[in-house]
Amino acid sequence: MKCDFCDQKATVFLTQLVEGQMKKVCLCESCSQEKGVTDPTGFSLADMLMGGVPTSALVGAAPFVKTRNSGGKKCPNCGFSADDLNRVRRFGCSECFQVFRPEVELILRGMHQGVVHVGKVPKGFEEIHARDEKLEELRGRLEEAITLENYETAATLRDEIRDLETPKPTAKQL
Amino acid sequence: MMRFSTLIRHPADWMIGGAVDNAVVLTSRIRLARNLHLAPFPGWATAEQRRQAMDKILPVIQELRPMKDAFAQSLSGLTSVQKQVLVERHLISREHAARTEGSAAVIERRQSLSIMVNEEDHLRMQSIRPGLNLRVAFEALNEVDDELQQTLQFAFDRRLGYLTTCPTNLGTGLRASAMLHLPGLVLSDQIGQVLNAIGRMGLAVRGLYGEGTESLGNLYQISNQSTLGESELDIIDRLERVIARVAMHEGNARLKLIEDDPLMVHDKMGRSFGILQHAWLIDSKEALNHLSILRMGANLGFFPLETVRLCDNLLMEIQPAHLQLQRGVKLSPEQRDERRAQIIRANLQNVPSPVMVTAQIKKIPFNEPPASSEL
Repeated sequence: MKCDFCDQKATVFLTQLVEGQMKKVCLCESCSQEKGVTDPTGFSLADMLMGGVPTSALVGAAPFVKTRNSGGKKCPNCGFSADDLNRVRRFGCSECFQVFRPEVELILRGMHQGVVHVGKVPKGFEEIHARDEKLEELRGRLEEAITLENYETAATLRDEIRDLETPKPTAKQL
Repeated sequence: MMRFSTLIRHPADWMIGGAVDNAVVLTSRIRLARNLHLAPFPGWATAEQRRQAMDKILPVIQELRPMKDAFAQSLSGLTSVQKQVLVERHLISREHAARTEGSAAVIERRQSLSIMVNEEDHLRMQSIRPGLNLRVAFEALNEVDDELQQTLQFAFDRRLGYLTTCPTNLGTGLRASAMLHLPGLVLSDQIGQVLNAIGRMGLAVRGLYGEGTESLGNLYQISNQSTLGESELDIIDRLERVIARVAMHEGNARLKLIEDDPLMVHDKMGRSFGILQHAWLIDSKEALNHLSILRMGANLGFFPLETVRLCDNLLMEIQPAHLQLQRGVKLSPEQRDERRAQIIRANLQNVPSPVMVTAQIKKIPFNEPPASSEL
């Protein structure tokens, strides 16, 4: 196999998951050094398959990219900070996922099959979930109606939204 | 409450395949990760907060129907050998075994259901079944999860699903895995290719004892890596399809070995059998590798079929902590090798020498395509 960058024989093969897409690169000895992919701390594909390092760990172990304003942010519920997250790449409590939402989105890139949960939902949560989705849809349609100056439809939609927004007793159970 | 000795005296239900076909897929396992809403995750919680979480969770688990008179124990109440035995039986993780105060394990009598409290997450529950039965294992565990959710409020987010300490478990919190015995693919040098293909499908392959171990006894564990963006049943279906295909390849590889080189296969059977029946000192690695050959031989007809069960039982019994537990004393590696050889000889003494098997006889059981035109 030939190097992707020159005509020499490829000896270094790099496979990476980038945003859920498997990307393969073949390099010769000199190109691999030039591109800096001979990092001894990096995982080889063989390690990934046989050594039990999940593909996701490659993403998890990648240098954590700092987002703006994340510096000293702390979770008000458990005190876990952005620095802690940087260090351990784990979370402190369920509230951390609200506080560190932008960081979560970043970490999740390419880690899983998708970025939005599909599957089991706790009982009672389903109703709220369905309602929220309906609300989102109605709000979208409302905006559209306003842009189109279709005020009659907009009024109906507004009433529907208001109706849905009024909390129902079942929602309290959670 | 059940005592440790009572729990361990009997082999787990899933260790004995019974009527289930476990020639290639030994066991299917489902794990769910759950956390309490708002309570700090175990790794971040103070000792006091961990204890509080445990006090909240344990009584609820013990109220579960399958967990009535289960084995329930704080990890501080177990010796290191006892913990290691639970790890060897796949009932708790290595990480969990390293914990003491504020962590617990609850294990059902038949060992097909176990729940770790305060491992990496507040709850790590798992269900094991023999053969390729991920769906059945999932349904059983899903019921347990439903029942727990009636009392405990689990951390959940509509976009991220069940919230877990490590982002790799977000969403369903589900890890489905199966243990496969693949000596045919190893002997025919196809294993690398197969494992590569599995890896490319976004699934993980590991050696016998989870992360960071080389494969012993040609045993491999295949599991999903993605937990977010796919429903529980989709994850399981995808995995089951891949595993079924690998199992089919393994079956074909075994047949091809007999077809291509029956003498080599018979020689291997005889050698492994001879060593196991006559060794007086044998280490884990050597024992597992010969037991692997013997197990495949039993499935192919070289030995009586009951030999499979003997092998599966031995796979468990000859592990270091199991050996030490039986003896009740700490054994040096050399003493273990001696004891291991003794147990193997005792178990295999009535197994007859391998009989010659030809390819024709065994063709049917593995569902080979009837006509060559299909190939």
